[in-house]
Amino acid sequence: MLISQFIVLGAGLFSLGVYGVLTRRNAVLILLSVELMLAAVNINMVAFDAAWGDVLAGGQIFALFIIAVAAAEVGIGLAIVLLIFRNRQSANVDELDLLKL
Amino acid sequence: MTLSDWAGTPENWVFLVIGLGMLFAGFRVVTSPNVVHAVLYLVAALGGTAALFLLLGAEFVAWTVVLVYIGAVVVLFLFGIMITRAPVGREVQLSHPIRVRVSAAIVAFALFVLLAASVVGYFEDAVVAPSAATRTDDIGQAMFERFVMPFEVVSIVLLAALIGGIVLARRDPTEESEALR
Repeated sequence: MLISQFIVLGAGLFSLGVYGVLTRRNAVLILLSVELMLAAVNINMVAFDAAWGDVLAGGQIFALFIIAVAAAEVGIGLAIVLLIFRNRQSANVDELDLLKL
Repeated sequence: MTLSDWAGTPENWVFLVIGLGMLFAGFRVVTSPNVVHAVLYLVAALGGTAALFLLLGAEFVAWTVVLVYIGAVVVLFLFGIMITRAPVGREVQLSHPIRVRVSAAIVAFALFVLLAASVVGYFEDAVVAPSAATRTDDIGQAMFERFVMPFEVVSIVLLAALIGGIVLARRDPTEESEALR
């Protein structure tokens, strides 16, 4: 197995996540796309860890940290989306234009 | 490494099947017209990452992905969809109009070409050959010796997120609920 094949797959998933963040209107679906990007980063982490043969398994441990931070991010993100929905009766990001002149 | 060398390794075929499945699932996550289907495709994509981790010998990380992501985070997302009453079904506009989608596709594709070209140009034929699966014992030893500071920082982040989530999501007590006490 080449390193490149894992990185290219990660780059593909990351780009799909970017596409989703840019095109989705619903805030929950934007968070979903961000999860896709984080999964792509995790693939890179573990692939480099395996390629290096790190005795401390640094790549795997930081992949675990990313998973923990992603869980925290989803919790806070969904709480914020919930608050927006409660105040504006909508979770569509293009309707949140109070700051627009 | 020639193409026939690459195709001669069975692991590469496993990778190809998983990878194409993940890319398809990821594509459906960002394009599916149904919110719940998008979440279920995310489950497929994350299951693919877990399978790749097993392929790379990172067993503990693989099962953590299954437990934390597929078990907890996806359920949280379904919660969020139900609570915000996200429009379920077809006929609803979940994505921006076609004009925005075309420019977003151009940006995403350019990003992919940039990332893939630079990485492939740098690593060329570097091989990743996991000798044996990493033991959970070793991961635990490293995490609580070498990486104990980041571990504690992540603990604080999780605690802060927990408290912040509760503070943000709870309803402010109204006079009626105060009177009920």
